[in-house]
Amino acid sequence: MSYSVPGFRHPNLPQNELGYTTKDYEGRVSTLCAGCGHDSISAAIIDACFEMSIPPHRVAKLSGIGCSSKTPTYFLGNSHGFNSVHGRMPAVATGANMANRNLLYIGVSGDGDTASIGMGQFVHVVRRNVNMIYICENNGVYGLTKGQDSATTDIGSVSKKGEPNALEPIDLCSVALQLGATFVANSFSGDKSQLVPIIQAAIAHKGFAFINVISPCVTFNNSPNSTKSYDYIRQHMASSNAVDFVPPEEEITTDYAPGTSEVVTMHDGSVIHLQKLDEKHDLHSRRSALTLINDYKAEGKVLTGLLFVDLDSQEIHETMNTTATPLRNLTETELCPGSEQLEKINEILR
Amino acid sequence: MKRDIKTNKFVIKFANVNGTGSASANSLFSKAIFRMGIPISPKNIFPSNIQGLPTWYEVRVNENGFLGRRGGIDIMVCLNPQSMERDVAELQPGGYFIYDSSKPIDKILLRNDIDFIGVPFMEHCREAYKDARHRQLFRNVMYVGSLAALLDIELDVLKGLIGEQFKGKEKLIAPNVKALQMGYDVAKKLHECPLAFRLSRRDKVGNRILVDGNSACGLGAVYGGATVAGWYPITPSTSVIDSFAKYCRKLRVDPETGEKNFAIVQAEDELAAIGMVIGASWNGARAFTATSGPGLSLMNEFLGLAYFAEIPSVLVNVQRAGPSTGMPTRTQQSDVLYSAYASHGDTKHICLYPSTPKECFEFTATALDLAEHFQTPVLVLSDLDLGMNEHMSEPLEWDDERTYDRGKVFTADDLETMEEPFGRYLDIDADGIPYRTLPGAHPTKGAYFTRGTSKDEYATYTEDGKKYVDNMERLQRKWETARHNVPKPDIRTTGKPCNVGVIYYGTSEASTLEALHHLDRLHGISLDSLGIKAFPFSDEVEDFIEQHEYVFVVEQNRDAQMRTLLINEFEFTPHKLISLLHYDGSPITARFIRHIIRDNILQTATAPRTRRSSRK
Repeated sequence: MSYSVPGFRHPNLPQNELGYTTKDYEGRVSTLCAGCGHDSISAAIIDACFEMSIPPHRVAKLSGIGCSSKTPTYFLGNSHGFNSVHGRMPAVATGANMANRNLLYIGVSGDGDTASIGMGQFVHVVRRNVNMIYICENNGVYGLTKGQDSATTDIGSVSKKGEPNALEPIDLCSVALQLGATFVANSFSGDKSQLVPIIQAAIAHKGFAFINVISPCVTFNNSPNSTKSYDYIRQHMASSNAVDFVPPEEEITTDYAPGTSEVVTMHDGSVIHLQKLDEKHDLHSRRSALTLINDYKAEGKVLTGLLFVDLDSQEIHETMNTTATPLRNLTETELCPGSEQLEKINEILR
Repeated sequence: MKRDIKTNKFVIKFANVNGTGSASANSLFSKAIFRMGIPISPKNIFPSNIQGLPTWYEVRVNENGFLGRRGGIDIMVCLNPQSMERDVAELQPGGYFIYDSSKPIDKILLRNDIDFIGVPFMEHCREAYKDARHRQLFRNVMYVGSLAALLDIELDVLKGLIGEQFKGKEKLIAPNVKALQMGYDVAKKLHECPLAFRLSRRDKVGNRILVDGNSACGLGAVYGGATVAGWYPITPSTSVIDSFAKYCRKLRVDPETGEKNFAIVQAEDELAAIGMVIGASWNGARAFTATSGPGLSLMNEFLGLAYFAEIPSVLVNVQRAGPSTGMPTRTQQSDVLYSAYASHGDTKHICLYPSTPKECFEFTATALDLAEHFQTPVLVLSDLDLGMNEHMSEPLEWDDERTYDRGKVFTADDLETMEEPFGRYLDIDADGIPYRTLPGAHPTKGAYFTRGTSKDEYATYTEDGKKYVDNMERLQRKWETARHNVPKPDIRTTGKPCNVGVIYYGTSEASTLEALHHLDRLHGISLDSLGIKAFPFSDEVEDFIEQHEYVFVVEQNRDAQMRTLLINEFEFTPHKLISLLHYDGSPITARFIRHIIRDNILQTATAPRTRRSSRK
């Protein structure tokens, strides 16, 4: 059931540059369990888009199947959404992007939808560098089918089912890095101050932006011995950096100690201001990101933050040299070669 | 052997080894006859292999314009020792067996009801060329030269074609012409030319073209305004996308900037291919994919989504012999049922059945219109025979007045002026077809959520059984509307009292019509016929069956799939439909159809007809 959100809001809700309030970025009331990490991610998406003054209708939301994939109903109600089939959001998003390169595409998926049934599509959407944001709401468990382990469940992690997982987990950030993703971040649904600027940086990025968000499942995988519970993540989370997103027209006001911060200018002119929390990390080195993930894992810690950005990213339309006009806007005039041309083709075939 | 002269009416077959470059020599041979104004229909019979296995090329020459497969071989040109035994056996009595006599033929193969014509191709090539690859390639051209002498092909026509083939690589013209002439001279010297089967210039081709169905489908997608293609390579559909890409590169690239008005994405599998088509179509582009049986199986889940969520999508299914991997390089019409009802739940899809390259072109363009008009998947069911063989076809035509039918789409202006709230699945016009909006259309109006789960008229998720049924019934109304808007069947009546009819579709058309012609001429059996062009079936199909006592259904599959589809969709008694089935992977022949119908009709006086009297 999708309930409508009551229309009433505080009359003095702040407006963004376009005159929209956060209400204009909300969706329907969530039907997920109370306390679900996914709802915090939806809230972060709303905040990120509001703060960046993204026109809601210029966003297309796409998802697969699962708890995570239900969430596009719960944010950006003025955007078109598409809840497709299990594990196939990347293909639908790729096609949508081919049709109109001028919209902002937010794909939402989960660990089952991405790392199991959708693994084949995930790795290829990364390779193609489709210009989109891909958020994997990763809770290490199948929620809608009531608690089976997923392919991202850590070895030894125990869900509500009670059996420790014996199989090697898939680390989606590492996979994305190895396959040439041009933007990779890891975050936690419970850390909004980190997640919102990461989403904003992903929006500013040109090309495929992957955000893995650990998002505890309160019903099936928040048990004491689960490695994707709120408590576990809070106790074991480490950050490579603190991210502050600064829109193009704003000035950077925060002061950091010299050598500990980095300013990164994104494709659209916006700026991300990073406070380095691990000085070994080089944001522009794939190898550094991969090494760091493994180093932290060896210490039993979960590394979060913005892990890698390729500022020279060339998205798929640039590679293909597609026309700047959205393909869907082309008409007979541009598309149909006409009868005279057809007669020339006939002549060649005689 | 005493022989009658047969001009412009014979079937010749080439036995080659694949990967030796014989295909271009064979097509040179065909094109030359075509240029002499004589109708031809060439067929490739090739293995699922790249190099080293037997491959055949069968050409029917028929000045009366009968272009289906006839059945039987008059001349065998054997250049493959591996297949020589079966090639000799396949010739009809009175035929010619032309072979490379550089090595003597095994005596055990000799038959006294055919003539053996040996030409030492390899021996001459070995003398004329040093390089092994040249010997191989020029042997191909050389046998075409010998055939020019043996069959009376005009040498100037062949030379002209070689000139066209090597335009831009003029250096290659002279050595090819030399090989051609060498073949011609050697055959003239060794044999009495021409043979009893021979050619003579006619004017029976007119302005017709020689093209394969896949090229025509690809070009139809260009003319029909497809901008996005998601695809995965699979025989025999790959050349549909090759053709689309070729014509797009030629016709859809800005000459100054090099920017492209198209996007072709080679997907990781067929699931992704159709997913991309659905994503692009949902977002307002015309998109299509091409595949064959196994790919269609993988697209199954997505097709159900497209049906239920009402997203236009066009799929060209070039059928091959199944099930499973089946015979990937052999033809069949065996995805008829599967295409019509693809996916779980209550689903059905518009299907179009082209018979000729011209229809491949038209139906692909039409499919793009129908898909957007009805917001549903449309499948164009070609097959390997139509798709990968060249066919003599009427020239392709395009009416410059024609506009694309983009279907019911509310624009920002429509949304602005609407008084009622937008409902994605409201049946405003009572034809079952709802209005859609495209992402990004309007800042505050018209956004909706697309899903494969059940929903109400306003696209809101619901599990209310009544709402579900309402929606399914609207889809049924839409289906009824479609029934009146798809291409009509081709009906041919004899004008004589006739209580027996014949139904065919797709590539069974040419052979069926030829069989009917000869049944009339040779046996005095005249039958009405109907060629099905689309599913859902229009009223004319039902009427035709009702009007005849019984009807043969000609198909190239084992299970009589079209017959099943007809029985499933209509109320008449199944006994009215008699199956005529051919499914060994080769294109159905006119002779096969004629014999079965003749035997069936002539035995009716003494024995009851059986439903499936018709196995080959």
